[in-house]
Amino acid sequence: MPILEVKNLSMHFGELAALEDINLAVEKGEILGLIGPNGAGKTTFFNCITGFLNATRGDIFYKEQNITRFGPHRVCKLGICRTFQIVQSFNEMTALENVMMGAFCRHHLTGDAREKAEEILKFTGLQDKKNQLAGGLTLADQKRIELARTIATEPDVVLLDEVMAGLNPTETEEAIGLIQKVHEKGLTIIVVEHVMEVIMKISHRIAVFDSGELIVDGPPEEVVQDERVIKAYLGEEYHAES
Amino acid sequence: MQSAKQFTSIFGGVLVLFLVAPLIIRDTQFQHLMIMLLLFTTLSQAWNLIGGFAGQVSLGHAMFFGIGAYAAMAPLNQWGLTPWIGMAIGGLVAMVAAVIVGYPVFRLKGHYFVISTFAVAEVVRELFSNWDWVDGPIGLDAPLVEQGWRNFMFYHTKLPYHYTLLIFFAVVMFVAFRMERSRMGYYFRAIKQRPEAAQAMGVNITLFKQYAFIISAFFTAICGSMYGLYVLHIEPSTVLSLDISIKIVLIAVLGGIGSLWGPLLGATILISLQEYSRIWLGGTGRGIDLIVLGALIVIICVYEPNGIVGLIKRFSRKKRKA
Repeated sequence: MPILEVKNLSMHFGELAALEDINLAVEKGEILGLIGPNGAGKTTFFNCITGFLNATRGDIFYKEQNITRFGPHRVCKLGICRTFQIVQSFNEMTALENVMMGAFCRHHLTGDAREKAEEILKFTGLQDKKNQLAGGLTLADQKRIELARTIATEPDVVLLDEVMAGLNPTETEEAIGLIQKVHEKGLTIIVVEHVMEVIMKISHRIAVFDSGELIVDGPPEEVVQDERVIKAYLGEEYHAES
Repeated sequence: MQSAKQFTSIFGGVLVLFLVAPLIIRDTQFQHLMIMLLLFTTLSQAWNLIGGFAGQVSLGHAMFFGIGAYAAMAPLNQWGLTPWIGMAIGGLVAMVAAVIVGYPVFRLKGHYFVISTFAVAEVVRELFSNWDWVDGPIGLDAPLVEQGWRNFMFYHTKLPYHYTLLIFFAVVMFVAFRMERSRMGYYFRAIKQRPEAAQAMGVNITLFKQYAFIISAFFTAICGSMYGLYVLHIEPSTVLSLDISIKIVLIAVLGGIGSLWGPLLGATILISLQEYSRIWLGGTGRGIDLIVLGALIVIICVYEPNGIVGLIKRFSRKKRKA
């Protein structure tokens, strides 16, 4: 039984179909990569699952419960948490306080939340920066904090929206390591990423979106060989190289 | 955030100051100033809970203030009911009003909250102006009743008003202090900074904004009751006016929005300015305080948007570096 299942999901903005009839299931413990050109509907897909958008049609099931009409806070409480494509730190809070915001989801007392947050900061390698204001940190650190506070909500499924965009190669390496560490904790991960090397390396399975439709869904090796994917996203060059 | 130890020592100092000041300085004008100072600090701190910490600016707090004032004065006037019960009723009615205003508006983003609080406050003022039971636009005078705690009327001394307000001030300060370090306080700050990220962290932002508004409304109404009982005359154009709403906001902005000590600092400057310009210049001085205040606000906005508290922080940071 998949942990998260999307059935016939459509999201229309007026005439524009941002998502059309998406069917996708995610198994527990899987790392699913989502790729596709800009505007393919990847972020919209995340927004629908996490309750930031109300899908026009279709259903979303999480652990067999229909969560299609749930608001963002309920989705988070159930155990699905996300990061944002454009980093959304609480700038005037310290790194520790940012992560505490996530920890408050399951720990209502400040002391408990702080303890949990300290633990997560250590896990993500941020303990040196815990007393710095998030707004003053580098992009890489802010993205790391966002991931940290997401984990702090103790989710079963995390949706990562381009957590590596704008990072340099070293920082990207570190981020990959962190995602794998998170996965080892038993979390199911859906990751949107543009960097093919990254997505190939970490995903167990890749789903390709194009113009709001899911065109291919399969193991990484198969996906990069697929004609439609090459045409829509990778371009002939990538094909030639691999 | 200030450490608990730091807060406790400053808070203790302030309380002692307010405890002994009216006993040492017997000048009634000064005592009056202290009472107004306590009243407006408490009011502004109540506003700060929603406007400062949670970042939802209300320009209609006069409605809660007015509701509180009328709830204490009208039953006392008509039935001789003890104003303590009136005060409690006022607090409850204000909380209900906060739900009625907040429920539809907190789902929306942007400036709708500001606009609706402003509009609803004006509607409430009009309602009271046309309500015969409370003498419409003429307003209510406190009846001549036996003085004492039951009627909360004292004709020869200001001290009971001072100390009662001091208790309310201490309660509101303590609530704000506790709130700032609780889950609710963190949630308010998160809602102010990044509402969407807060939602993603499992925060029901509509509900928490509503909590902030309800708590704020309750304390504002209590202050309204105290004001009515102290000045002995209320009318819609004073207790329900936009002037009150704005003054509450300006004090917080001047002192430092969303900070624990902002309201006290802001009120100290604004209320002294207002009372002394009135005392020294009489009728001709009317409005001078607002002119000076306007200039101060402009300077604050340009130079340090976090108010006097922001200035102090900046100064102490420089000193530490040097």
